[in-house]
Amino acid sequence: MTARRIVVVGYGMAGARLAERLRDRDPDGTRVAITVLAGEERPAYNRVLLSAVLAGSMAVDAIRLHDDDWAERHRVDLRPAAVAIDRAARTVALADGSTVDYDVLVLATGARPWLPPVEGLAFDEQGVAAFRTIDDCERIIAAVAPGAPVAVLGGGLLGLEAARGLAGRGCLVTVVHPVGHLMERQLDPAAARVLATVLEAQGIEFRLGAPAARYLPGDGLKLADGSHVPADLVVVSAGVRADTGLAEAAGLAVDRGVLVDDALRTSDPRVHALGDCAHHPGTVSGLVQPAWDQAEVLADLLTGVRPAARYRGSPVVTRLKVRGVDLAALGDALTDVHDPDAEVLCLTDPARGRYAKLVLRADRVTGAILLGAPDAAATITQLYDRGTPAPADRLALLLGRALPGGAAVASSPADLPATATVCRCNSVTKAALVTAWRAGASDVDGLVRATKASTGCGTCRDTVCGIADWLTAAEPN
Amino acid sequence: MTDTHCPYCALQCGMRLTGTEVAPRGGGLCQKGWTAGRLLTSPRRLSTPLVRVDGELRPADWDTALDTVAARLRDTIAASGPDAVGVFGGGGLTNEKAYLLGKFARVALGTSQVDYNGRFCMSSAAAAANRAFGVDRGLPFPVTDLADADVVLLVGANPAETMPPFLQHLRRATASGGLVVVDPRRTPTAEQAALHLQPAPGTDLALALGILHAVVADGHLRRDYVAARTSGFDAVWRIAAAWWPERVERVTGVAAADQRRAAALLAGARNAYVLTARGTEQHARGSDTAQAWLNLALALGLPGRLGSGWGCLTGQGNGQGGREHGQKADQLPGYRKLTDPAARAHVAGVWGVDPAALPGPGRSAYELLTAADLRALLVFGSNPAVSAPRAGHVVDRLSTLDLLVVADVVLSETAAMADVVFPVTQWAEETGTMTNLEGRVLMREQAVEPPDGVRSDLAVLHGLATRLGQPAARFPVEPSAVFDELRAASKGGIADYYGVTYDRLRSGEALHWPVPSTEHAGTPRLFLDAFGHPDGRARFVPVDHTGPAEPPDADYPLLATTGRVLQHYQSGAQTRRIPELTAAVPDGYVEVHPDTARHAGLADGDLALVESRRGGATVPVRFVPSMRTDTVFLPFHFPGDRRANLITNPALDPVSRMPEFKVCAVRLTAAPS
Repeated sequence: MTARRIVVVGYGMAGARLAERLRDRDPDGTRVAITVLAGEERPAYNRVLLSAVLAGSMAVDAIRLHDDDWAERHRVDLRPAAVAIDRAARTVALADGSTVDYDVLVLATGARPWLPPVEGLAFDEQGVAAFRTIDDCERIIAAVAPGAPVAVLGGGLLGLEAARGLAGRGCLVTVVHPVGHLMERQLDPAAARVLATVLEAQGIEFRLGAPAARYLPGDGLKLADGSHVPADLVVVSAGVRADTGLAEAAGLAVDRGVLVDDALRTSDPRVHALGDCAHHPGTVSGLVQPAWDQAEVLADLLTGVRPAARYRGSPVVTRLKVRGVDLAALGDALTDVHDPDAEVLCLTDPARGRYAKLVLRADRVTGAILLGAPDAAATITQLYDRGTPAPADRLALLLGRALPGGAAVASSPADLPATATVCRCNSVTKAALVTAWRAGASDVDGLVRATKASTGCGTCRDTVCGIADWLTAAEPN
Repeated sequence: MTDTHCPYCALQCGMRLTGTEVAPRGGGLCQKGWTAGRLLTSPRRLSTPLVRVDGELRPADWDTALDTVAARLRDTIAASGPDAVGVFGGGGLTNEKAYLLGKFARVALGTSQVDYNGRFCMSSAAAAANRAFGVDRGLPFPVTDLADADVVLLVGANPAETMPPFLQHLRRATASGGLVVVDPRRTPTAEQAALHLQPAPGTDLALALGILHAVVADGHLRRDYVAARTSGFDAVWRIAAAWWPERVERVTGVAAADQRRAAALLAGARNAYVLTARGTEQHARGSDTAQAWLNLALALGLPGRLGSGWGCLTGQGNGQGGREHGQKADQLPGYRKLTDPAARAHVAGVWGVDPAALPGPGRSAYELLTAADLRALLVFGSNPAVSAPRAGHVVDRLSTLDLLVVADVVLSETAAMADVVFPVTQWAEETGTMTNLEGRVLMREQAVEPPDGVRSDLAVLHGLATRLGQPAARFPVEPSAVFDELRAASKGGIADYYGVTYDRLRSGEALHWPVPSTEHAGTPRLFLDAFGHPDGRARFVPVDHTGPAEPPDADYPLLATTGRVLQHYQSGAQTRRIPELTAAVPDGYVEVHPDTARHAGLADGDLALVESRRGGATVPVRFVPSMRTDTVFLPFHFPGDRRANLITNPALDPVSRMPEFKVCAVRLTAAPS
């Protein structure tokens, strides 16, 4: 059997994950020979953790996906970036002038930051940085200083994570967002308002519903409403666009990204695509989970381990990774509270920075926004992912984990029911202690001798003493 | 009046017997311990050998029983070779019995097919500890050291029920808000915790990675320790880096904030311990899961530091000693490897046999019990008809054997299937040593005379070995003689007992192995200077989460997990025969969240069928509002159609060969009336 030559264009999170998963399924390289064409100069790294790098809680080296010798150890041929695809000849031309042949080509070219149309704003401009790569991160860190004003253009997930990281570094951060509320793709206005309040308490200012009009180098941003935001640095985090240049040039069908079917095939069945560069119907781009799910499916298909594997979308849960803020948003959370086709619960508690909204349909969780409710987020996310029926007590679900079972704490031994187990280690109920008392046990030691209560783990000693005191008062021997 | 130890779990609480009356010696006793004397007077006690005649077990004299077994073993070996005979031991057997059983299998029978129920117990933690430290001793420190800990992370451990007096050692941690418990259920142990992490069954490995991620991301990594005392961190971090707490939350259901809290609690402690038990170990990826917790402990700089550490809470009474002296499929006495030529030569020398005559490694427990080419099986101190995974299949398989021999105290469910049953002595009726959860060798003195007609397992092995042509002196009946041989066989091994003598133990010395000479004071704390690997470093081992072997699906939408209750021990062969214990917990049941039960049309107390692809258990429903709605729980002590192990999944860990007792996919319906 000759190993099929798989060429992966891109060594970001999707490409690196695919290479790993291919090798998991074919460790000896008998089924597939893997070539990865690395786009960025650096070894693959975990983009999800860039905000941790920006916040200073993680070193650049700590977010690398692979060690230097990873490719060699896993029989992966790492080559320079691709510059052109010749589908007829099944070759890819590389940046160093060489070419590689492929049996299967996989596009994992990712996405590029989108630059909103603001006069004078450009990524190569002094004082302007994107927030997409390690290089961006290092540029930002080098450019800012404690006390310096910084504007973040974009109030989406990444923009807010960047803003929080910069505020943590002592910068005076203003988030400029053209829409009237933050994270409008995931949050309703009420939730976004609570979120803004929470972040304001962390020192971040907001200019909402105010598109930037003009970039003034060294000065800041002029907004459409005529106001001015001072900024030594403008961090642009206004979304991304799939990197489809190679695919378009090669004549592949492209919409918002390279179009793929459930087998992640492009319009050329020998060419696949995954991750941010791909456009799978119904899949939200820009998150890592779909890319990783796609890598599993594609690895199954390309190694022939599971020819029936198909990608049918990923349930999306958005988590804001900001210290001190616990926010999860998922599914059709923007459903109106009075929507007749859904059951919607909503709790707003701005004073404590909490907002919880739950959308259910046919007894299943189909959407939620959970801000400042970490326990509820964990439980509700699992119900959503698994499609299991929601607990009957909706309010308990919305407020967090169901109250623990076990014995209720009685205020006094008199209130304890007779059947309550006092000493679990020796199966001693309150009734057994009372019986022992009436049979002549006249103090704690007597109760212990008669019933063996508290002689195991000893946890119930105080309760036994309390019962002895109560019995002394109520039924003196 | 005799000072001895409790017959049950690995804590081996000290007790004083006056006749058959029990009193604690200093520490605590749970209800099992207090009522242990009842075992000695049980009317259900076997006191005569039984031989199956015309399909029925009938009393026989000892010579008849031994002759019958020896003759049929000889026939089986002649017809099908020695590997057609299997030997299955137990973690409750004394060191002497475990040692002699392994020797009997390999020398008298010449079979490689010997393993024991400890495979179902600590094998995953043992594999992880061996990889990380080069040594596996449950607690590599005295259990009393825990009393100075301000934070203790208990993973898949429920000592409030499984070894209650152990909680006395955690008082400081509990009182100072430092008890952290990982368990899918809100157990009595979890109820005492300051922080209870309640992951979905089968997702512990992801949780360990999430906490490790938080340790690094929040600046708690002990870089100096990692650099000076370990190797391999980078490869572990590459995996943990991909498991940020929010991603872990999605897999486990444990809030990211709680993962960070656990990391901060552990990192902020003056003294901290990470302790694992069956809940996290009994998985088809149990070795890797235990390893993940060990990696976490190493990142926090705990192992090998005075007052901190990592450990495994051993389950069975002699779970530790039982895995050291040769009743395990791949092992020779002294925790030696059966594949190591030097180990074979040493042990063969002590036994007076040719090293080449020693068989190689055999099958692991479940594989042995279900092996198609097995024709005869000898079972000592175990009840696999109840305790083995996929028990229905195991019973089917055992019932097709040409010969099943069981040595036990009572007519266990496995004994009831046997062709020959030997009635043997139990704890207080014999002298022997046990090695407790901290690797301390304990003397268990004979306190009472065994009933007439009962012989020790050592005498059974002697009787069979001599009938199979072995010299009488090779299989001593005196425990002290067996122990002296064990000392010599373990000499120079990892678990070196050479310096342990009955006299030293009787004089009250606390001896933790290794004890390489009779002058050596023992080793209460391992690793303070160096770990067991040649370079002296502990090893981080990269492990990743993959999830349960059998994920839930549309047909079997729930997860079942199994475990113990306070009043019963293991298969219940002993405890189900004690009136106080059966009065407290008479029968099996299934714990279910009320919503989950109602979806299945079941009310509290209704009889339910809990069904997996392997079989179904018929048990009454118990409403437990603290249960996860995706999980049901069954205690595994009960026989017949209550057997939890009718449903469990025998998917085996690739390293430890541990079955996946702790999670399988099931459906819940009303039991057909």
